[in-house]
Formats: sequence, C-alpha cells, structure tokens
Amino acid sequence: MAEVKSSSPRSVERPLSPHLQIYRPQLTAISSILTRITGNALIVGVVLAVWWLAAAAISDDAFALANAVSTSWFGDLVFLCSAWAVWYHYLAGLRHLYFDAGHGLDIPTAEKLAWGMIIGSVVLTVLTAIIV
Amino acid sequence: MRYLTPRKRAIGKGSAHTGTHHHWSMTMSSVALAFMVPTWMYLFGSALGQSRVDVVAAFSHPFTAILTALILVIGMRHFAMGATMMIEDYSRGTARKVLVMFVTALATVIAATGLYALIRIAL
Repeated sequence: MAEVKSSSPRSVERPLSPHLQIYRPQLTAISSILTRITGNALIVGVVLAVWWLAAAAISDDAFALANAVSTSWFGDLVFLCSAWAVWYHYLAGLRHLYFDAGHGLDIPTAEKLAWGMIIGSVVLTVLTAIIV
Repeated sequence: MRYLTPRKRAIGKGSAHTGTHHHWSMTMSSVALAFMVPTWMYLFGSALGQSRVDVVAAFSHPFTAILTALILVIGMRHFAMGATMMIEDYSRGTARKVLVMFVTALATVIAATGLYALIRIAL
C-alpha cells in the first residue's frame, strides 16, 4: 500500500495484462470466441434461406434464381458451413447453460467440454449431411 | 469508511450499462431455439432442392409454418441481441450506435421477409 500513499492514484505502476497477440492460444479461449463467430456468421445462411423461401412464395422466376444459387456449389458450401455453425453454437449454448448452473467451471472440465463441442459438432454435421 | 456499497459502485459500469436482463433474455431464447432448431433443420433440408410446388406444399403445412415463424421471430431476436453484445465489446461511440442500429434493422427485415413469405405461401 506504500505506492498508493506516496504518489497520486494516476501514477501507480499497475501490471499490464499480456496482449492478445503474444498470448498463448488456449482451448477455452478459442472455444469461446468460436461461439461468437459461429453465431454471427449464421446470418449468411439465414439470408440465403429466407431469400429462397421468399422467392418460393413470390414467383417461378424468382424461385428459379434463388433455387439455382441455393443448390449450387456455393449454396451447398453455405448450408454445410451453416449446419456446422448451428451445431457448434448449439453445443456451446448447452455448455453455457451448464456453466450458468455453476458446473464445469474448472479448467480440466472446461477443456474436456471444449473438445466435446469441437468433435461433437463435426459428428453432428456429418450426420446432418447424411440424413438431410 | 465507504458509504457506497460495492453493488452501488458497480451498477452501470459494464460495457452495455445494463444488468442481467440481456443475459436472461439470451438464456430464454437459447433454450427455446434448442428445442426447435434440429427439427427445423430437418424440415428445411428436406425441402431444399425440391420443385417450387413441393416447397410451397412443405411450408404450407401448419407445423412447418408455425415452427418457421417461431424460429424467425425468436432466432432473429437472439441474433440481434448477440450481435449487439459483440458490437458493444469491440466498438464505441457513434460507430457502436450505427452498427447496433444496422444489425437490429437487418434482423427485423429478415424476420419480416420470412413471415411475409410464410403468409403468402399459406394464403
């Protein structure tokens, strides 16, 4: 507490947290940011799906274009990535509910859950691609 | 001695300047979506690639139409709030306000377009 008494609060030497760019990547941090990335990126798949549905409602010409785009390699790529994003975000959401209930917050459990999200989302995406 | 309680000093200091309402709303909508999304993915995936007549038939089914409407409303609200949280974490000032308006408008327009499509298909 000597520092606080000897100088004004502004000049206290405080430890700096490590900058993100020199911070060793950790599974818990990566699994967390992927939740945000997948959730926000899903808007691309939603825009394509809603365009396709609106086109089906409006006219044959509109549907022909939207359907051609949606079933092209580009559409397949968007929907396959979206399926993975949905499943990853889904499992991450379940993990959030588990965390919120006060469980699984120790690092070994959190890392196991992160691997579960990564592997589980890939497995569920493959299953989705096979079934649908 | 401090006369302010720790809670009083903490209120309003978060990046969003609000409390737990946002978190609770996201929890509520996430649970709702968790029940609905897998079924919807199956229905959407089955309809994708079909002819226009079959797509219209699929989405005029009451269950599919109601499920799609619920996902549009709750899902787009969930997106708008999640995207707002991201913007509040990474930007500030006028840029933050403009971006929050943009994602909110985007989510609302998408939901409105999807609902219009469903109504038009149903009629």
